[in-house]
Amino acid sequence: MTASPTTSPTTARPTTADGVGTSPPRPDGTLKVAGEFAFASDLWMDDMLWGVTLRSPHPHARITGIDLTEALATPGVFAVLTHEDVPGEKHYGLEHQDQPVLAIDRVRYQGEPVALVAADHPEVARQAAKRIRVDYDVLAPIVDAERALLPDTPHLHEGGNLVRHVRVRTGDPSPRAEVVVCGDFEVGMQDQAFLGPEAGLAVPDGEGGIDLWVATQWLHVDQRQVCSALGLPPDQVRLRLAGVGGAFGGREDLSMHVHGCLLAQHTGKPVKMVYNREESFFGHVHRHPARMHYEYGADRSGQLVYARATIHLDGGAYASSTPAVVGNAGTMGLGPYDIPNIQVDCFGAYTNNPPCGAMRGFGSVQTAFAVEATMDLLAAELGLDPVEIRVRNGFREGSRAPTGQVIDAPAPVAELVEKLRDLPLPAPADVAGPLDLRHLPGGVANSTHGEGVRRGVGYAVAYKNVAFSEGFDDFSTARVRVSVVGGQPVTTVHTAAAEVGQGLVTVEQQICRTELGIERVVVAPQDTSVGSAGSSSASRQTYVTGGAVKAACESVRRLLLTSAATRLGREVDGLWLGPGGAVLDEGGEVTISLVDLLGDDHVEDTVEWRHRPTYPIDEETGQGDAHVQYAFAAHRAVVDVDVDLGLVKVVELACVQDVGRAMNPQAVVGQIQGGSAQGLGLALMEEIQVVDGRITNPSFTDYLIPTILDVPPMPIEVLEHADPHAPYGLRGVGEAPTISSGPAVAAAVRAATGLALPRVPIRPADITAPTSE
Amino acid sequence: MRITLTVNGEEHRADDVWEGESLLFVLRERLGLPGSKNACEQGECGSCTVYLDGVTCCACLVAAGQADGREVVTVEGLGTADELHPVQQAFLEAGAVQCGFCTPGLLVATHDLLAREPDPDDAQVREALSGNLCRCTGYEKILDAVRLAAGRQR
Ligand code: FES
Ligand code: FES
Repeated sequence: MTASPTTSPTTARPTTADGVGTSPPRPDGTLKVAGEFAFASDLWMDDMLWGVTLRSPHPHARITGIDLTEALATPGVFAVLTHEDVPGEKHYGLEHQDQPVLAIDRVRYQGEPVALVAADHPEVARQAAKRIRVDYDVLAPIVDAERALLPDTPHLHEGGNLVRHVRVRTGDPSPRAEVVVCGDFEVGMQDQAFLGPEAGLAVPDGEGGIDLWVATQWLHVDQRQVCSALGLPPDQVRLRLAGVGGAFGGREDLSMHVHGCLLAQHTGKPVKMVYNREESFFGHVHRHPARMHYEYGADRSGQLVYARATIHLDGGAYASSTPAVVGNAGTMGLGPYDIPNIQVDCFGAYTNNPPCGAMRGFGSVQTAFAVEATMDLLAAELGLDPVEIRVRNGFREGSRAPTGQVIDAPAPVAELVEKLRDLPLPAPADVAGPLDLRHLPGGVANSTHGEGVRRGVGYAVAYKNVAFSEGFDDFSTARVRVSVVGGQPVTTVHTAAAEVGQGLVTVEQQICRTELGIERVVVAPQDTSVGSAGSSSASRQTYVTGGAVKAACESVRRLLLTSAATRLGREVDGLWLGPGGAVLDEGGEVTISLVDLLGDDHVEDTVEWRHRPTYPIDEETGQGDAHVQYAFAAHRAVVDVDVDLGLVKVVELACVQDVGRAMNPQAVVGQIQGGSAQGLGLALMEEIQVVDGRITNPSFTDYLIPTILDVPPMPIEVLEHADPHAPYGLRGVGEAPTISSGPAVAAAVRAATGLALPRVPIRPADITAPTSE
Repeated sequence: MRITLTVNGEEHRADDVWEGESLLFVLRERLGLPGSKNACEQGECGSCTVYLDGVTCCACLVAAGQADGREVVTVEGLGTADELHPVQQAFLEAGAVQCGFCTPGLLVATHDLLAREPDPDDAQVREALSGNLCRCTGYEKILDAVRLAAGRQR
């Protein structure tokens, strides 16, 4: 059956336990705590080989020769491959096909894959890779995004170094305001730093096709790119989701996918590839570093009159999702504030720095640092407090975004910040009891006894589009089946939607229970044998795949009730699915059980579901209904800063977020806290340091992510202002908390120190030896 | 080289072990016990935390030869999917598991903490778990899980 109804003549009546709005345990949780869940790096097969990648040591060079002789002669080596062994398209990419599967005659970033080795032990493969001789003619790297766009800078790609320029223009082009503030801001390069390394297992099927188990965010977009590189049709390249140890955008691009398949095809054996941590830093895209100039004008009451912003994003060597990131940063780069006169220019550039692409918050993280700092400057200039300036200017339902789009759903910016202000503050350090070094900046390092410690409080608001924008055909597919197993009705839900840790599999079960009243729900393994679900990114998966599962359930429910009506010789009207798998009549009496109705048969439907359409923006003005839904959150950070040593201790990080409908309250809070910690990391410690195009800290020793000592208590308040256009009224959750937590922390550090601190992460030296003020 | 070790109460032998291999590699790739995770293999993340002769350590930092003749307990030795240890149960219920990659290491570290200090305060928990990175949860629910497990074990 392949009917695709989007509405159903019958409606759900909430009945079963563990449905939408509750927090049942994750179906994959038991295996995960038992250590029995198979992550991608855990895959194993008899007789499998290990694949490794040889990467470029240079950010920019010409390749003048490759000699494989010695590598091939290494005992235990089964294959050594270069670009010549790529049978299909030699380039791939999410939006532009500009990235070579293996470098051809030029490398554009340090770490670019050049050759592959398969061997019977990972160490043998690594040794052999070292014996591949690559001759490079080293070129000067282009390492500055603004300079990359100057007319006389050499081009890294045909067509120049501009990936995309978004212009947004509305209102008076030369407005005047009573109060004007401006600033230059900078955000460093952040890494997703998911814990599960890139990994996969490619298994040749002996007939020219291949099965690939891989940790990813979007099986079908990978499949498309793998097929094109291998020159195979989709039915010969089957992708299956291997356990994913976090993603945060870092698995949207291909990593080992094509490489593993090439090695498997050449050797005829299963090939496993697992990146180590260093290679992981080279093997995925990062968050775009940004340089931003902002100017806001307001009247004396604090009402915004105009905004100007110029944003430069460094896309690195290949486009990846830079066009979409530029779209987001450009169209949403002024935050959730009503501004009548607007002039925004957002540029994404190619450089020889590491490629940048998707990361949680996608373009809004960078701009939020500039927007929220500028709002604080304005508040200070006017003598208003940071909450008040946001209350006066914050979006509400009916506001117009800079794109001209009317926000036709709740947009409770004022409520978010007012609720934060009303939360009790943590006790001041000096009355919190006897001095406990563990709670001071620097902790037990015993670096201070509290002499130079100052406290600060800061606020920030997050604003982010949910799902894909600008006219993208954004859909998901779900197959739902009801059958009888062991004398009990069971719902099976099958999608290609990647569970990356966020808990989608739990929500799919909850939706099925709510719609069909059947307690037992099996989530089938995710693979490409069912239609695309789109990406587990952009906070879209609960919305879009959730919408598809709901629609498929509605169809299956209608089919079940119609079948029951036929069997009973009555009208379908008035019949409904009660708890425990019974068809009930108007009076709630059981007419027939699903077990009797189905017998050995099953009822199934597959549904493709889309959210309402979005539209491209006008090239000259940036106007258009580009986005489908917006997420809003706000943070209040309280910090203690040791101004002598430049050390910061976050004392508390509170968040209020509107989630429309909390589908799984426990998971929602978990997403908010996890996202908040990542924003805290960007504010204070997380940066891939790139010097002359080279990463100097590709390890967890030097790239610091917050530990349990760095993350403070995080009180959360969740609002549920239903979005009338979304399934169940829900709103994407995952990204917003990463957007506002960092600016709130930065604002708190500014409040504590009185310094401008225009750059994040804030380094100790920025506090002890500030370059400004 | 050949090494023999007891893992989760069972004796194991591994042949042809290359000197450079870590205990983590032997557990995961030779003995079929992938529960201990390989997030950094540099001793920085704690995902590979195991007991070695009763003391927790990072299995990625232990050379295979060093483990010869010794006793190892991994996450698989705490409890199974059919019979979870109270610490595992608490992580599950508290929502402390998202992607779950950090979970095995955190479980062993928590198990060890509660064995030494059955009623830890938050500062003690933070100190004990500071060697275990988690990228997903922001740690709040991990703290909840430890509190829950401690409460139940009392
Ligand atoms: S894998 Fe051993 S500490 Fe990270
Ligand atoms: S749950 Fe993903 S790293 Fe901790």
